[in-house]
Amino acid sequence: MIAAIRQHRLMLSLGGAIVITALLSLTIGSQPLPLMQALQESFGEKPGVYSLILTELRIPRTLVALLAGASLGLCGAVMQSLLRNPLASPGLVGSASGAALGAVITLYFGVAGLFAFALPLGGMVGALLATLTVYLLAGRDGGTLTLILAGVAVNAFALALVSLLLNLAPSPYAVQEIALWMLGSLSNISRNELWILLPGTLLGWLLIWHQGRPLDLLTLGEETASSMGADLPNLRRRLFLAVALAVGSAISVTGAIGFIGLVVPHLLRPLVGYQPSRLLIPSAMGGALLLMLADMGVRLLPVQGEIKVGVVTSLIGAPFFLWLILHHRRRSV
Amino acid sequence: MSLLNGKALSLSRGQRPILKGVDMTLQPGEMLGLIGPNGAGKSTLLRILAGVIEPDTGELTLDGQRAESLPHQARARRIAYLPQLSEITWPMSVERIIELGRTPHLEPWQSVGETDREIIDRVIQQTDLLAFRDRTFNTLSGGEQARVLLARALVTEPDILLADEPVSALDPAHQLDVMNLLRQHCESGHSVIVVLHDLSLAAHYCHRLQLLYQGATLAEGSAEAVLNEKNLADAYDIALTKANGNALKPTSLPWRRLHKDD
Repeated sequence: MIAAIRQHRLMLSLGGAIVITALLSLTIGSQPLPLMQALQESFGEKPGVYSLILTELRIPRTLVALLAGASLGLCGAVMQSLLRNPLASPGLVGSASGAALGAVITLYFGVAGLFAFALPLGGMVGALLATLTVYLLAGRDGGTLTLILAGVAVNAFALALVSLLLNLAPSPYAVQEIALWMLGSLSNISRNELWILLPGTLLGWLLIWHQGRPLDLLTLGEETASSMGADLPNLRRRLFLAVALAVGSAISVTGAIGFIGLVVPHLLRPLVGYQPSRLLIPSAMGGALLLMLADMGVRLLPVQGEIKVGVVTSLIGAPFFLWLILHHRRRSV
Repeated sequence: MSLLNGKALSLSRGQRPILKGVDMTLQPGEMLGLIGPNGAGKSTLLRILAGVIEPDTGELTLDGQRAESLPHQARARRIAYLPQLSEITWPMSVERIIELGRTPHLEPWQSVGETDREIIDRVIQQTDLLAFRDRTFNTLSGGEQARVLLARALVTEPDILLADEPVSALDPAHQLDVMNLLRQHCESGHSVIVVLHDLSLAAHYCHRLQLLYQGATLAEGSAEAVLNEKNLADAYDIALTKANGNALKPTSLPWRRLHKDD
């Protein structure tokens, strides 16, 4: 009972923080936006510049940060529970590097400029193909370690191909375009990106729905979990697909955004009594909150131009990752 | 009709045969002891019975029905498996871990209810874990951890409990406690298959013993029939001391529990 109350309290606090951050995120930017005036304009007869900024830029940007962050947080929690490894990230099964490769291929061959959906579509295809490769390499009944190693190999290969394309890029302009995309940013988000992001994200979330129980059982080890009714091959297939869809969609739209999927589940795990099923929703909320905050941060930083949000999440995430490794080492000694 | 029935169960890993056509049966209310030297195939047989691995050949039936035709969850409600080594990935509390044992009885959207809670409380009491229920699993001693994992299997209230060396990490007093709990589980009409290395515990507590050696059944039956001089020499390369005569009797356990609360 106490655990359930604590869980509700945690989710309420996260929910409250998300609402406040989202509202702030609507008003903050290169152009401060008086929210009330923008709303009045939106519902008035003559839409003004404020309502345009609100509906065409700020709302899509805030929603994309919320959805992409939630996917990264959620999928991080899923992968860590599924692989029973606290160092697993949502990109481990290839979704992130595959999406990057797919997107970079469309940029490299100039397909990205042909139609609006080309780049994210390339990312999605890349994410799905890379995840499928990891899955096939690890084999249907492959153990956790095989899966992790296959993921590491596919990630390395995909990133090598990205480097190759950068290396062979026809013009400095193309190099810059690819490199900037790779940094991960929410600054050029419009409604189009939101529509692109939505289907894969929702489908991915739907696949994860009600899968907390078998993830709990996995805490007891793979054999015990399977003796307790968890259909592990099916669970693995399902969650791989979910992560490929949700993370693939997110990365395709925003570019590479690192460490949220790794850091957020870790921060929240002690607060939910370490139980995987209780971690999923708070982790999604935490991811949404963190990406919105990071995106607000880059808009507020007093530097010329805008620092890319992927850079900020990695700047915060990498030291945390280091702390995590040291912490684990100290505990195991 | 027997509750669980295995016919000619065989399994190989590469060229190496691990089980060579083992038959087994289990009656309702029976406690079967699987004994044999290291590498005899006891754990493998138990894992096949638990549905964790599939045999290469052979047939396994539960109440006359082919076991692999049962849905995962339905099978998990009836057969609980307690593996030899169990590491818990996340530092969860004892109570949360025991609670997981109710999972086979819950639909994906259901959470633990009143009835489940009563069963969990009862088993926590039976397994002497009241003082530990809020502790983190990783902070417990090996013996305490073994009891938590047994409690997790008991709250499933399975028709068949498969326990792989459940007492190997325990002191003599807790060994007796665990064996008594397994016997209690049988007395309420359920069945137990337990892998044991301690032959006197096996002789004392099990209704029937099955002695495995090099992947095949060497002997099967009562303790007196199985633990005779020839079988012990063949399987373990050991001999009984003169004091024990030529068979290990079910009464030959040298100690009993004095005070439960000591």
